[in-house]
Amino acid sequence: MAKKPASKPAAKKKAAPRKKTAAATSSSSSRVPKLPAYKPYKADKKELLDLYEQMLLIRRFEEKAGQLYGLGLIGGFCHLYIGQEAVAVGLQSALNEGHDSVITGYRDHGHMLAYGIDPKVIMAELTGRAAGISKGKGGSMHMFSVEHKFYGGHGIVGAQVSLGTGLGFAHKYREDGGVCMAYFGDGAANQGQVYESFNMAELWKLPMVFVVENNQYAMGTSVNRSSAEDQLFRRGESFRIPGVQVNGMDLLEVRGAAEMALKWVRAGKGPVLLELKTYRYRGHSMSDPAKYRSREEVQSMREKSDAIEQTKNQLIKMGMTEDDLKEADKKIRKIVAEAADFAESSPEPEASELYTDVLVEDY
Amino acid sequence: MAIELKMPALSPTMEEGTLAKWLVKEGDTVSSGDIIAEIETDKATMEFEAVDEGEITKILVAEGTDEVKVGTVIATMAGEDDGDADAETTPAPAPVSADAEKEAPTQDVSIASPSPPVSRASDPAVPEGTEMVSITVREALRDAMAEEMRKDDRVFVMGEEVAEYQGAYKVTQGLLDEFGPKRVIDTPITEYGFAGVGAGAAMGGLRPIIEFMTFNFAMQAIDHIINSAAKTNYMSGGQMRCPIVFRGPNGAASRVAAQHSQNFGPWYASVPGLIVIAPYDAADAKGLLKAAIRTEDPVVFLENELMYGRSFDIPDLDDYVLPIGKARIMREGSDVTIVSYSIGVGLALEAADALAGEGIDAEVIDLRTLRPLDTETVLTSLKKTNRMVVAEEGWPTCSIASEIIAVAMEQGFDDLDAPVLRVTDEDVPLPYAANLEKDALLSTPQIIEAAKKVCYK
Repeated sequence: MAKKPASKPAAKKKAAPRKKTAAATSSSSSRVPKLPAYKPYKADKKELLDLYEQMLLIRRFEEKAGQLYGLGLIGGFCHLYIGQEAVAVGLQSALNEGHDSVITGYRDHGHMLAYGIDPKVIMAELTGRAAGISKGKGGSMHMFSVEHKFYGGHGIVGAQVSLGTGLGFAHKYREDGGVCMAYFGDGAANQGQVYESFNMAELWKLPMVFVVENNQYAMGTSVNRSSAEDQLFRRGESFRIPGVQVNGMDLLEVRGAAEMALKWVRAGKGPVLLELKTYRYRGHSMSDPAKYRSREEVQSMREKSDAIEQTKNQLIKMGMTEDDLKEADKKIRKIVAEAADFAESSPEPEASELYTDVLVEDY
Repeated sequence: MAIELKMPALSPTMEEGTLAKWLVKEGDTVSSGDIIAEIETDKATMEFEAVDEGEITKILVAEGTDEVKVGTVIATMAGEDDGDADAETTPAPAPVSADAEKEAPTQDVSIASPSPPVSRASDPAVPEGTEMVSITVREALRDAMAEEMRKDDRVFVMGEEVAEYQGAYKVTQGLLDEFGPKRVIDTPITEYGFAGVGAGAAMGGLRPIIEFMTFNFAMQAIDHIINSAAKTNYMSGGQMRCPIVFRGPNGAASRVAAQHSQNFGPWYASVPGLIVIAPYDAADAKGLLKAAIRTEDPVVFLENELMYGRSFDIPDLDDYVLPIGKARIMREGSDVTIVSYSIGVGLALEAADALAGEGIDAEVIDLRTLRPLDTETVLTSLKKTNRMVVAEEGWPTCSIASEIIAVAMEQGFDDLDAPVLRVTDEDVPLPYAANLEKDALLSTPQIIEAAKKVCYK
């Protein structure tokens, strides 16, 4: 559901966002188990370059998608992940790809790319072509890869949290050691079913990593205007789910938090809630004029906090040259250009596809 | 002054029960709140408390007695104070007096046992000499789940009170004992949440059976039934499936008023991507629930509380599975076709019996599956009788009846000798008062009247 009007008038703005202290970034209630401290992940040059390229792939892919949208090649709702790349890449690089499950909402391109899904079939889905991952029947918001254990791609805000809890249930039922990572946004954090799911996940000690991607605006409504408890990592406390707030603009911090959370969950201690503070540079969707925040705010985030730039600087410190990085950029641009060509040139679905896949069986 | 203790009605549909155990004996003195007996209904064992103080003077119904009608005097007691104004009152759990019960029979009572089915053309042939056994719809549903759970360890049951309580309507009775808490799972009261958990588990490769205590509560979960379960296969281009069964009682029960009495058949039947099944008798309940659990598609399986306790003959076969999407001719006839499903089938059969007495030979079709609809069976029958009535326990507007009439217009117009009529519930929320409720619901005389009308008699 992408077309959600702001629910409160702007005038009702809270006086000031709550002050955040260092101690307030992880659950503090005595009845909630305490998560261990975690450190930023230590990556060697090769591994960091790989993560950098994954983030860059998402950035360039999304820029291209924005372009194709502008050209009318992509229709409907299209939610870009630009600015949030460190979240999907940092978290999912810690998962066991093809074994652990991932599920998210409609802002899903980045999570798919970070899980190794071919950019061509994603882009072809965005352009509504037969070669798209959903045969062109799903579009930007509805993409799945059972093979990669990427379960969507869901358009109803918050639905993926219950569905993800079901995926976690299936891991536990089959005793396969897998974990489900269920992403949702700060907007979905106010949906009731999120808490219904938290309750069952903790009650049954399901292997769940719940991830709030707090990009600070639910469409046009800021967290402060929508959330009585705006420190979202605390939202699991009444269910005794420990939470921690993570700087989602810092790739290695994100990865460090993921390692800690996965260790906890894989040990059978039940779910963990990670709040990733992040920022989307673009509008909520392609049709969002983003009047609810200033140009300066966006500009300042891009300049000071961009995860790709920071990682680039780290790579330079590790001895990579500007030329090496240009080479990487070229490689990524080529992959994206090929994906776009493929998406533009491959045919639309056959008319007969209209009637296929409604039901699996014949009756 | 003697106080009569009467067999209490412990649920909206209870008509009789078993006096399982007396916890007092003659001569005992009891005070209000003391548990004096245990009474077993078709759903649960309930404790029967004293409301008055006094001595138990006479026990009139021995423990272990079955089929004790609601309102029967089971014991008498002497009031402590003869002048007590409350002395005449019956014990608390009995909400209706025996007289009121007689005047307001529940809908269940009015349904006559149907005549045995004449033809089951589309169903797999039952081998010659197969023994028929009589079981309740409730047992048939339980057996279907148990048999499928034995065959396939991906199948599990989840819902409110399905495990330790043995099912709010005892449909899951015994499953916890056999399959354990891993596969028979009590949930919190959290329909939206557990419908989503079930759908997610199905996407993850399991075969969930999600029980809604009633489908009225599934309204909180309808998003997952439709947006998550029904659409997944299509919007993933056939890549991701959601093989799940959402089941539970649907339609009007008895005296539970507007929020607990509604037929959602037409709602779900309008959604592409769903299978919707609404069986009438025990054999169909079993055979179709087994098919529902096995299919790769998401199924909404609509039961009826008033049918749970009804017994029917069912072939005693190891693996009795019926085809989804096939209607059943319950009674063959040549003058008029009466189409119905679920509880309405019993009324249609009753109407057909009455019509036979008036020289009208009615054919009765049980749709069984509401989506996909077996239009072929309906149209073939229409070709034969040229007249049709649709009887539906549900609202008239945008109903299954509306759909059948549209099909008749579009594909059977040349076969029609009269307009198709629909007989349904009244177009109002279901009222509580016994007389109003009766007037609001589909009834046999209405079906008879409509059938005569289309026959111009």
